[in-house]
Amino acid sequence: MAKRTNRKLTIGRFVRWAIFLGVILCVPLIFGGNRYHMYVATLIGVYIITIMGLNLTLGYTGQISLGHAAFMGLGAYTVALMTLNGYSFWLALPLGALISFVAGLILGLPSLRVKHHYLALVTLGFGTVVYLLLSNEYEITGGFSGLPGIPRPHFFGIDLSSDIAFYFLVAGFLVLLTVVGLWILNSRWGRAFQAIRENDMRAEMVGVSLLAYKLLAFAIGAAYAGIAGGLLAPLMKFIDPTSFPVHESFWFLIMLVIGGSGRFEGAFIGAIVVMLLPEFLRGTQQLFFVIFAAITLLLLIFWPTGLAGLSDVFFRRVLQRTPPRLTK
Amino acid sequence: MFIQLVVSGVAIGAIYALVAIGFTLLWQASRTVNFAQGDFITVSAVLMFILVCLGVPFVWALIATVAMASLLLGYVVKRGVIQPLINRSQTTLIVATIALSFLASNSIGTFWSAQCKAFPRIFGMLPYKFGSIVLSRQHVWTIVIAIALILALNLFIQRTKPGKAMQAVAQNRDAARVLGINIDRVTTMVFVMNAVLVAFAAMLIAPVYMLRYDMGAALGLKAFYSATIGGFNQVRGALLGGFLVGIIETFSSAYLSTEYREVFVLAVLIAVILIRKEGLLGTEER
Repeated sequence: MAKRTNRKLTIGRFVRWAIFLGVILCVPLIFGGNRYHMYVATLIGVYIITIMGLNLTLGYTGQISLGHAAFMGLGAYTVALMTLNGYSFWLALPLGALISFVAGLILGLPSLRVKHHYLALVTLGFGTVVYLLLSNEYEITGGFSGLPGIPRPHFFGIDLSSDIAFYFLVAGFLVLLTVVGLWILNSRWGRAFQAIRENDMRAEMVGVSLLAYKLLAFAIGAAYAGIAGGLLAPLMKFIDPTSFPVHESFWFLIMLVIGGSGRFEGAFIGAIVVMLLPEFLRGTQQLFFVIFAAITLLLLIFWPTGLAGLSDVFFRRVLQRTPPRLTK
Repeated sequence: MFIQLVVSGVAIGAIYALVAIGFTLLWQASRTVNFAQGDFITVSAVLMFILVCLGVPFVWALIATVAMASLLLGYVVKRGVIQPLINRSQTTLIVATIALSFLASNSIGTFWSAQCKAFPRIFGMLPYKFGSIVLSRQHVWTIVIAIALILALNLFIQRTKPGKAMQAVAQNRDAARVLGINIDRVTTMVFVMNAVLVAFAAMLIAPVYMLRYDMGAALGLKAFYSATIGGFNQVRGALLGGFLVGIIETFSSAYLSTEYREVFVLAVLIAVILIRKEGLLGTEER
């Protein structure tokens, strides 16, 4: 079944990849001259990676994570502290991802044994603890003064410190992690994840090890956030605890739902729309929190597949497909 | 010193207990984990603050706040947000309450004020003195009012017909429906009751905390901890959990570390989940 639909939608997939890579290449051509525009574009790339991880956890496996900002913080502080002390970025980034992955495993283990709102609770608590540690252990983390002067990496001798070069580094990771994410979702693991989301009792009955797969999905989602954090630190060149507050995780959730939770494009659409709209319209950040929270509620009630579901309507009309199915 | 700490721990715990009880009632009636619970407190506190500032006598301000909270945070939230989503997955409900929390707190920050405001001291400033023991008026009245409310709630649940209907819905929705209980109406009633509890909690907590649009997040989290430690599906569990969290928090910040007091509560929470996943007084759920 899954394979057949994949072949059917080949044109759709081709179009999507063309749009994806086309946008990545066009952004520096159009905005390359403006440092701020490049910064926003790179930041969007970093957020897409985080939301992609959240999508694996929430969208595909149905588990809530309210600790994604903290996982991002772990990755960012790992990279910042290591590169500031002279270690290579290419060593620090995988380590940051690993730390987030392990943190995900440790958090998931006690809470996944029980009902899933415990996971929401424990991850929320974890977010608070990480924030407190980052702010109070100032001998290591610099506390609220933060860590300034985080260097940007080199890639086989190529200096990536210019804004456009760093943009391509993030874009490269984005493409890589997209391929990895799609590969995971089309593998045995991915099908098990989706079986768990649809009906975990049934999934267990047909032999899916619930705990193992839930834990895996959660930890992979955390690792994605760790990588995103590891890219965020050299992008900003300065990080402090307020870059990773607890409510940032709520914000990620809202981005995902607006984009389309459980749809692969959801992470992309959500991050782009939520990050770009405030750049075009004027108003305080808080006003946009209000607007996007309201949009999220409306989408949840009336159009649960988010904006990706809307793009579906377009693709299916064009490609003469069946009307969209509103999933749970 | 020790007794004063106990009293202040119990007083803050009584407020957590009120909020946590509302939490467990919502969970039992509709399987909603309300992440906006803390922001419900903020909304109520802001409403009351506005009324008091307009010169409305305190008692009337309280009554009006309870009425508005029941309508807005009880009825409207239930009908407008929870009702359309109630048959979806639990994850959807959680995301919806998180969005609601974001909407409530940031609306206050945008349309009212993003500054801290000092809430008037409604119980007066002079402390009570019993020999060498000096007790804050605020703490004493908080405990008295919270306990009175909890007793009244208990009477309602145990003795009245709607209260018994609530219990039936909590125990088994299908059986309750077969018995002719209007589940929809009971759920709405529970949302309204939660709003009343929250409005009272707001009255008790607002003079202690500074009034700010994001004050609810920490409070809601504590109530959530309390409910989980005590037992998510038991009112008395939430009660015990609330007092425990209040006391652990007060003592750990007095004797151990102020910065990390949240960590101690979280450690207790994780220990409880690991040892007894239903919480201290909770029961196994089907």
